[in-house]
Amino acid sequence: MKALEVRQLRKTYKNGVVALKGIDLDVAEGDFFALLGPNGAGKSTLIGIVSSLVNASSGETRVFGISVQNDRSRAMAEIGLVPQEVNFNQFEKPFDIVVNQGGYYGVPRAVAKQRAERYLTQLGLWDKAFRMSRTLSGGMKRRLLIARAMVHEPRLLILDEPTAGVDIEIRRSMWRFIREINEAGTTVILTTHYLEEAENLCRNIAIIDHGQIVENTSVKTLLGKLDIETFVLDLRSPIEHAPVVDGMEIVLRDPTTLEASIPKSRSLNGLFQVLERHGIQVKSMRNKANRLEELFVRLVHLDDGAAPAAAAGEQETPA
Amino acid sequence: MSEKVSARSYWIGYQTILIKEVTRILRIWAQTLLPPVITMSLYFVIFGAIIGRRVGEMGGLPYMDFIVPGLIMLTVITNSYGNVTSSFFGAKFGRHVEELLVSPLPPWIILAGYISGAVFRAVAVGLLVWLVAGFFSGFHMHNFLVTVSVLLLTAVVFALAGFINAIYAQKFDDISIIPTFVLQPMTYLGGVFFSVSLLPGIAQQIALINPIVYMVNAFRYGLLGVTDVPLWIAYAMIFIFGAVLFGVCLRLLSRGVGLRS
Repeated sequence: MKALEVRQLRKTYKNGVVALKGIDLDVAEGDFFALLGPNGAGKSTLIGIVSSLVNASSGETRVFGISVQNDRSRAMAEIGLVPQEVNFNQFEKPFDIVVNQGGYYGVPRAVAKQRAERYLTQLGLWDKAFRMSRTLSGGMKRRLLIARAMVHEPRLLILDEPTAGVDIEIRRSMWRFIREINEAGTTVILTTHYLEEAENLCRNIAIIDHGQIVENTSVKTLLGKLDIETFVLDLRSPIEHAPVVDGMEIVLRDPTTLEASIPKSRSLNGLFQVLERHGIQVKSMRNKANRLEELFVRLVHLDDGAAPAAAAGEQETPA
Repeated sequence: MSEKVSARSYWIGYQTILIKEVTRILRIWAQTLLPPVITMSLYFVIFGAIIGRRVGEMGGLPYMDFIVPGLIMLTVITNSYGNVTSSFFGAKFGRHVEELLVSPLPPWIILAGYISGAVFRAVAVGLLVWLVAGFFSGFHMHNFLVTVSVLLLTAVVFALAGFINAIYAQKFDDISIIPTFVLQPMTYLGGVFFSVSLLPGIAQQIALINPIVYMVNAFRYGLLGVTDVPLWIAYAMIFIFGAVLFGVCLRLLSRGVGLRS
């Protein structure tokens, strides 16, 4: 069964902005699915429609075969949403926030309390459970959003940039938690600006741009399409000119740093032979960027200046 | 209904909203329960004990006794209206209303939860003001059933009105305009401090357009046994206003006006 089916989904806002131009998308049950796209591409609108916060202009959305448009209550019972922005009452305590959310989904209060304790503990928030939420740090608030979304144990968990602005240690602990949730059977849809996150966690991926799906495949297949890789070489001694290598693009970024773009069909040995001939000694070497990021930039036609901003995790402005 | 969405799950959802509302009201009691008691105590002292003695009788009753039902109604109306506007608009403003909007709860359950919370506050402050009034004029109860039913129905009607205000409100100013410029004049001209029978011909006809006239008079009948309007007309008016407002609220919520893009 498909966890999510989207057919010819369109959304035009009252101000005339066309956010979605008739997209089709399928997410299989149990999948860990990434939804990527630049700012304003339509990701948040799509998630808004799936979670019924945004009304679609036309098209259909089904969650485990249940129509969001025609049978909203049953469809919503299957979804847990972690929104992009903190949207709980900051004058309430984390424990109450999670327990009340369970109540809205029909979870008996006693059960909701047990689950609140379990998820807050798993997410490292139990010692903060009875403090005012406004006193929590940014990372804690993000984890609270996840605990809240899990209290009714949804079959589909949607996370809209869950780790934006979170430090790497907490981000990794959140990844671990979400991976465990997925392994236990929950389908996960993740939007993120951290492309490394998508590459590490997700099995399948869709890239959305200007309200259209421009790529929808497995992460493995997508990465297979990457035919050029760029390496950064740190040199032992400064040089004046970059050597010329047939079929490769070598650029001298500074006297001790070379950047080499090499087609996958070519061997790295060829590059090192040329460097050897020129007496250039390489101290260390690394990939210039995350592989997925390179593809992402190509697919959504971003220029070099825009790519680092996307990778740095800038907040998307909702359409 | 599926296993996850059932009458029981809706009942739990309704209880959760109500518990949350009651907790909020009790937690900030100094803002929700105390001010009406102080304000009404001042009304009783000034209009009842000091000025009332010079006014004499109104509608065949001592002036102090006459104003008690109206002042309780005034409290019930402003508190039921104000509770929903502040709570629901606050949830909208802080975006935590999205917790409800993404849940399986249907609009009528969300509406019922907020209205019940408002009724709780209105009844609580109404009871407190009635206790204060008892200190000044003694406790009267002509018809318990009429008193309680009018109290509850009035709270429901104005909570529904407050809900519509909260749905359309975009900023905090928007939830104070209606209470200041519409609700307050309607209440003061709704027979709280005087009998509408004292008004000259055309003014009396105009006053009868005001639904608060019916609520105040029906409640006055319940407590004191006197009314300017027939009881059945008062109930009919309250039910009509309640039904219309309920229908409007449900339609706005179902269409997501002011809530869903």
